[in-house]
Formats: sequence, C-alpha cells, structure tokens
Amino acid sequence: MATLKELATQPAGEKFVGGHTSCAGCGYPNIFRLALAAVKDPVVVVGATGCCEVNTSIFPYTSWKVPFLHNAFENSAATCSGVEAAYYSLLKSGKIQENNTRFIAFGGDGGTYDIGLQSLSGAMERGHDMLYICYDNGAYMNTGIQRSGATPRYANTTTAPVGKVKPGKMQKKKDLAKIMVGHNVPYVAQTIAGNAQDLVKKVEKAMSIRGPKFLVVLATCPLGWQTKTQDTVKLTRLAVDACFWPLYEVENGKYKLSYDPKDKKIPVADWLKLQGRFKHLFKPGNEQLLAEVQAEVDKDWADLKALCEFHSKQV
Amino acid sequence: MTTTLNEEKYTANLSASELPEGGIWTEAGSSLMRKTGDWKVEQPVWDKTKCISCFTCWAYCPDSCLKVENGRVAGVDYDHCKGCGICANVCPPKVSALTMEKAR
Repeated sequence: MATLKELATQPAGEKFVGGHTSCAGCGYPNIFRLALAAVKDPVVVVGATGCCEVNTSIFPYTSWKVPFLHNAFENSAATCSGVEAAYYSLLKSGKIQENNTRFIAFGGDGGTYDIGLQSLSGAMERGHDMLYICYDNGAYMNTGIQRSGATPRYANTTTAPVGKVKPGKMQKKKDLAKIMVGHNVPYVAQTIAGNAQDLVKKVEKAMSIRGPKFLVVLATCPLGWQTKTQDTVKLTRLAVDACFWPLYEVENGKYKLSYDPKDKKIPVADWLKLQGRFKHLFKPGNEQLLAEVQAEVDKDWADLKALCEFHSKQV
Repeated sequence: MTTTLNEEKYTANLSASELPEGGIWTEAGSSLMRKTGDWKVEQPVWDKTKCISCFTCWAYCPDSCLKVENGRVAGVDYDHCKGCGICANVCPPKVSALTMEKAR
C-alpha cells in the first residue's frame, strides 16, 4: 500500500483540487482526493447529482483535473458503464491504443441507496470494469437534509422530523454493501472517510481487479449531522468503534473483517451523543429508544462477525 | 473558439457573453480561482519546527490546503482554507504542529 507521503508527493499533483464550495469540515472531498491519488492509471470520473457535483462543478469552474462527467441522480452507474463500453469498443476497433484507462463513478447516498439503485444494480450485473464509490452521509444533505434509505433509525431530518408523535425516522438503514454482495461482484467493501489507510488500501485493491467493484464510504456531514466541523474525522472513527459501521470487505463472496475494535468497542450512545440529529434520544423518557438502537447494532455486529469467522475457516 | 478564464475576470464577475461558449470548462482545476479562504472564522497556524511531515493533515483536509514541497509539508494555503479545524484535530497530539487561532 502506498503511504500517505507517497500519495502526497506524486509528481502529477492532486487530481481533485480545492476551491470547491463544500461546507467547512465537509466529510466527502477527502474521499475523492485519496481515491484518485490511489489510482495510478488514467481515470475517468462520473459523478451523480448530489453535493459532489453541485460543489465541484459550478460552471465555469471545476475542481477536477481528470475527465469528469456529470449525469442525473439515477444514472451515474449507467453513464459510467456506457463510457466503459464505448472505450472498450474503440479499443477493439483499434481507434485507441492505450488500454490502461480506469473508470470510477461517485455517488451520494441518495443517488446510490435510493434513486440510482436500479442503474447501479444493472451496471454491476452486466459486469462492467468500473468502481462505484458511494459516499454515505445518511440523508439528502445537498437539498436540505431530507431522509434517504441510508438515514439511520431515529435521526432527525426535515422530512422525518422529531416531534410529539414520532422520534425521527422510524425505519432502519438499508444495508447497501450486502445488497451489492448479492450481485456476486468480485469486490465489495465498506470503509470510512476518516481512515485514510483503509480507504486507500481498499481503492488500490479494487483497482487491481478487473470487473465491477463497489465501495461504500461513511462520510460526516457537519450540517446534517449537526456536529462540530473539527470532529468530522473523529465521528466516522467512532462509528467504527461503536460497530455501527464495521470495516469489512467481501472478495468473491467471502466476508473479511478489516478491523475489529475488540475491547475498544464503545456503546453506540457515545457516537450518537455528539450528533445534534440524535439529541432527542438523550432526553428523559427515551431510554428505551437508545436501548433499541444498541440492541440492533449489537445484533448486526454479531451476525457480521459470525459470517466473517465462517468464511475465514473455508479454504 | 474557447475563452480562457483568468482570475481577474472571475473577480469582476463574468457576464453571459464572456462565459465560454458551449458551456464547456476551459481549464481543469479552475476552481482554484474561487478563493474560499474568506469564509473562515478561525485559521490553522502551522509550526515548521514541530512538524514531522506525517501527512495526516494532508490526507484529511477537505480543501487540499496543506502545501507539499520537496517531500515535506510546507504550510497552509490560506486562499482556500475554510477554517474547519480538521487538520489541527488530526495532528498527532504529541506533535501539535497545527493550532487554530482567530482568522485575520
């Protein structure tokens, strides 16, 4: 794995530059920076609608130093697969010679978990040689914090607000990584924006594989999560330690844990209490809700651990 | 015909007729002309003598504001830094080469 120094001191410089209009302390831009730094070959990026596209490509300015193509919420994966197919067609007919171009699609959780799921599913099933990276900040942050399929249970959003009747979003977060494993793709991984080493390692591993790859990355949104800007990195790390967002990878259907907090595992409340979107859970009378969230996290963690253990014993 | 953007024009606010034809981006990485540095309330101060060039701050800065020169960290790009404080927060506590102060 390339060290941070090697990534930072590449002669070509950064492929994703500053001056974009994301909020101070935004969690997603460093995913783009690190992922692009980890790819050594020429790369074509496709971006779904979302903070990613709105912040980085306000006409006439762009933060991308690589070819960047924006399409709608629902078809970034379809567009990327089309670019890939066209590229291989040109290669086959001999109109281009270099065969080392790689394809990456970026999408937010709204454009991946909800609106773009059908095109993503299609692209993965057709087996295009592309990497889809979903940065998951748990709501439609770009349009004003509306709930999405990725919003955790009991989070406060503008379309599932906390009130006298309901304590925020009532449904559980969708498990997208597992949905993608169901597509039988060669590589699926879950990581966070706050662990550069793990993120770079997983992007490098994905890039070494030909075929469809999927990466889902938890990213903090200081605006939507109602957190302090300087805590952006710490928050995603706490999500891992609380086992709310375990780091794991699935290679050819085999689950492998990337990090096990073991005795460093913290109660999920330690992660929730730093976020304004969960502050109602700490009011008197809501202890039951908190216990419910903890039980859910513990069950999922135990299931995942058992699955990883089962696969580690297989040859 | 393509129009090349320059910083002078950006600050003067482009009119519709001055924008590049066909809605194309004429320069890669042109967002560097947008000085987001004026958003900040606090700003990081980098101490050259304390820095061990571990590049942790570089990895987590959302705005690519940690300058790198000759294989070492070489200060903060105040033109684009939004003053979020992530760099000072991730700087190893034993090193603490980055501290936040009120922006000037």
